This record gives sequence, structure tokens and C-alpha cells, in this order.
Amino acid sequence: MAEQVLLLNRQTDRPLSFDEYRKSGGYEALMATLGSRTPAEVRQIVLDSGLRGRGGAGFPTGRKWSFIGKEHPRYLVPNTDEMEPGTFKDRVLVNVNPHLVLEGIILSAYAISAAKGIFFIRPSYEMDAELIERELAVAREARLLGNNILGSDFSFDLLVHRSAGRYICGEATAQVNAIMGRRPHPNKEVHMTDEGLWGKPTIVNNVETLACVPHILQKGPEWFKALARSHGGAGTKLYCVSGRVTRPGCYELPIGTPLCEIIAEAGGLSPGSELKAFLPGGASTSFMPKKFLEVEMDFEPLKATGNRLGTGAIIVFDQNTCLVGATLNLINYFARESCGFCTPCREGLPFIRDLLRRLENGEGKEEFIPMLKQMAHHMSKAYCAFAPGAASPLLGLLNHFEAEIQEHISQRQCPLKSLE
Amino acid sequence: MSNLPPELKEKLEAQISHSEHPREQVINIMYALQKHYGYLSDEAVRQAATLLDMNPLEIEELATFYDFIYRQPVGKFVIHVCDGLVCWMFHEGSVFDYLCKKLGVCAGEVTADGLFTVLPTACLGYCDHAPAMLINGVFYGSLTPEKIDDILEKLRREFCDLIICR
Repeated sequence: MAEQVLLLNRQTDRPLSFDEYRKSGGYEALMATLGSRTPAEVRQIVLDSGLRGRGGAGFPTGRKWSFIGKEHPRYLVPNTDEMEPGTFKDRVLVNVNPHLVLEGIILSAYAISAAKGIFFIRPSYEMDAELIERELAVAREARLLGNNILGSDFSFDLLVHRSAGRYICGEATAQVNAIMGRRPHPNKEVHMTDEGLWGKPTIVNNVETLACVPHILQKGPEWFKALARSHGGAGTKLYCVSGRVTRPGCYELPIGTPLCEIIAEAGGLSPGSELKAFLPGGASTSFMPKKFLEVEMDFEPLKATGNRLGTGAIIVFDQNTCLVGATLNLINYFARESCGFCTPCREGLPFIRDLLRRLENGEGKEEFIPMLKQMAHHMSKAYCAFAPGAASPLLGLLNHFEAEIQEHISQRQCPLKSLE
Repeated sequence: MSNLPPELKEKLEAQISHSEHPREQVINIMYALQKHYGYLSDEAVRQAATLLDMNPLEIEELATFYDFIYRQPVGKFVIHVCDGLVCWMFHEGSVFDYLCKKLGVCAGEVTADGLFTVLPTACLGYCDHAPAMLINGVFYGSLTPEKIDDILEKLRREFCDLIICR
């Protein structure tokens, strides 16, 4: 088994307790840091480690932190919205080791001198919200949270914000609007690092990203980089594997592990299944055919193929799944979840959905293909990254599986349905 | 605020006044009122607005934005059926259709006994146990028609503490 960092000592049926976490060296990074390193030093170490955001965008964490504005109070928003279809790593992480997540949050708050944190969590994860609240109280009791943490002059506290559920809330600026009780539209007019939550400097980080921080501080940036399999990569990655595999689940492996090895870790393809396609990182990435089996699952190698690592949520499709139907499912999802703020997204996605539905129902025409291509490219005109993300699987379908669309047109029905 | 029990009203007022930014409480207030009324009624929208010193329209634009705020009456158990891609791959819509048929309702309707409402829901993050559904905060995965029958029967018979979502 590969070296476990984030999921170390994972129990199958329960989270690790505070005492168990302490016994395996938990909170030592915090103790060592508060007494001996300045926030600027912590930011530099994280920058040197090469840690990149695990929520999907892959922005270098240390760089994001370096932009933090001068004003106070400052806010840290640990993001556990996790609504990218196929993605469940944050749920697993919080459930395996809540105190690693908390220590990562406290250290990151120290790095940006934040006074308050808002743990943003989706309503489907209510059990996890309750778990975090319980463990927060334990940490507070041990003086790891609150005023003058461990006797230092650093004070920080964390609250849980329960969302009422909408995909766009995962986007940082929309998330901050959601916390402020405003309609959660993205806002591209402001820099969050200067004018975020309540107009103050704010950093939104995915919880998997934050959970890497204690280990980086304890073992050093070089150790963290050496964990990666890919050239220039850093750390491990929580890959969620679902779809037609024998053991769907969340696996911690070195970042940059080739796709085929991750599938093997999940027990290989299900009995009787042959690999047809996969999504490498959730619904806003592009379908990839079998020829990419060897691709290293890291930000840069996937970028080189024209795709994205996204959340590292791998969805595996076999010969019995219609990819037109799968794309229709995804576009239907995105059309419903669109916040409706800008026209390309609000009007374009239902239009694409209509074309795909007609194709799937055997009412497709040749001219739909150039129309779909044009609409997919128009999504880049939308206000935020939501619509280009929604277009990604469609572009994958058009680029790699146009023959399957053609079959739908020529056979006047879904070719898989004709086999039934 | 005639309909709100005094203790609930006081509790919510305290929650708001203890918050550094009262508006941060708006979702919590909507959840609390939804739990009291069974859904976020028109009356509840007006009450939330008064409590938070907001316009009812501002409450409405939030209430209608979110998945887990119900602006129409729902059953005691709201069955959120995942219609994410992975669940679709495993059931191709049949869990949803099966539930509706079994309970004799369409999406969003309440069964005659007042117990159940079925709603399609964005990927629940339970893809390792597809197909899945969420009922009042509890996950049910690897669903089959037989398993669904058992779950419904159990919910009908046994007392179940409501966790969230209403």
C-alpha cells in the first residue's frame, strides 16, 4: 500500500478520536509552529512545498495566501461543499480524521493571521457537520482553538455554516455570498483576498488542501514533493473512484499515479466490464477514451492532454453505458444547478440539453453536431467557470466519441437500446 | 408573529442577536422555521424577514435558490433521490420511478398519509454506494427495489428522529 498521509490509521467504521490523533503526532506541528515560526515563514514553507488546491482549480496554495490583504479581521473559509458529481473525498477525509482537518485549518488560519473561520458544508453532509462541531468542542477544550491558542498571542475560532444546497456554492465568491445571507451568485468584481467575507480579506480553501498543511510543516517541503509520482508534482491525492469498478471508494495515492494503477487499486473493472471511457476529475472534466489509460493523474499531465485533474474523482464507464445519455445526465444537472445570472449559461445549457435529449431519443439530425460544437464553445462567454466546466464533458464526447453520436442519428435510436 | 410559540421566537431572536452579522443566520432561521411548520410557508417567509430585518422578497430569493428549503408542503420524510451521473449509471432513473410508483406520487407531491415526498437531488456524494438516496439526513446506498421496500416499511413503523431538512 502506498504511503498514507491524510488517511493514516484509517478505521473502516469510525473517525479517529482526538487522543488517537495526538498519539500519532497530531497537533505537534501546531505546537512547534506557534512558538517558533512567523505566519510569513509558514506561507513560504507551503509555497515551497508545491501544494496546489485540491478543490478542482489547482491554484498554488502558498501563492493564494501571499495575496492576503492588509486589513483585519481576516477570514478563512474551509470549503466542504463538495457538490462536484463523482466526488466524495472530503466526506471520507472528515470522517477518517477530523482533527487532521482541524489542525490544518488552525495552521492555515495562522499563516494568514485569520481571526475567524467558517467551515462551509453542504446539507447532505449533516452527519459530518455534527461530527466537526463535536470535535471542535474537544479542540477548544484543549485550548487548540479560541483565545490565545496554547498560550500564544494567536487567537482563532471556527464556526460551522450549514448550506441549504446548491452546486454553485462551491465557487469561492458564491460561497462567501452564501455565508453573508445573499443569493449565492459568483462575483468576479472583487478580489477575495482584499474584499471577501464582510468586505475583509478572505481565503477559501478546500479541506483536503488544508489537511496537507500540518504534514508539510512537520516534515518539510522536500518530503512533500518527494511523495509525488509525477515530475513537478507534490503530495498525495485522495482519488475517488466510482462507476464500473469492483471496489468503488476513496484511495490515497501519490499524486501523479497513472490512471490504470488507480483503477487497479479499486479492484479493476467490474466483472464483465470493459473500459470504454472515464472522467478524470468529476463532472466538469472531459470524457477520455481508453488510450489515456497511462495518463499521470496530476494537474500538469492532464493539462497537457487538454483536460483537467479537477477534483480527482474518477468515474469509469463500460461498454454498456451510452455516453450520449451520460452527457445528457450531466448537462441536465448543470442546467438545473445554473444560478441563472448570465445568459450563456442560463439559456445555453437547456438548449444543449434539448439537442442531446433529441439525439438520445432517436430524433437527432446531422446538423446537431456542429450546433453542439458551437454551443459548447459559447460556454466560455459565461460569467464564471461553471458553464465552461459544464461544456467539458460535451467537448470530450464530441472530440473522442463522435462516432457514437453518429450511430444515434443513423439508427434513429440509442444503439445500446437497440441491443436490448 | 402570532403563530410562533414564544419559546421558539425567543430562541431565534437570541440566535440572531448573538451573531456578529445577523444576516449570517438566515439559512439557520429558514431551517428552524421549516422544521416548525413542516415547510417554509408564506407565513414563515414573513416571519424570517421580520426576525432578520430583511425584506420578504430577499428571503424568497434565497428560499427558492436552495434545494433543501421547501416552499411547498412536504411529507414527514423527504426522500432525496440522487440523480447524479454515477447513480444514473446504476439505475437509469428507476429508483426515482420506482419510489414514485410505489408511493403513488409524482415528484414533490405528498403521499395521502402525509409521510413521504420524493424529490430528485444533485449528486449526494455517495457515489461509492450508488445508487443512493438521502432521507432526513440519513444516507441509504446500493439500492434495489427490495431494499427500498424495507426502508419504507421501517420508516412507516419505527419512530425516527428528524435530523434536518425540515
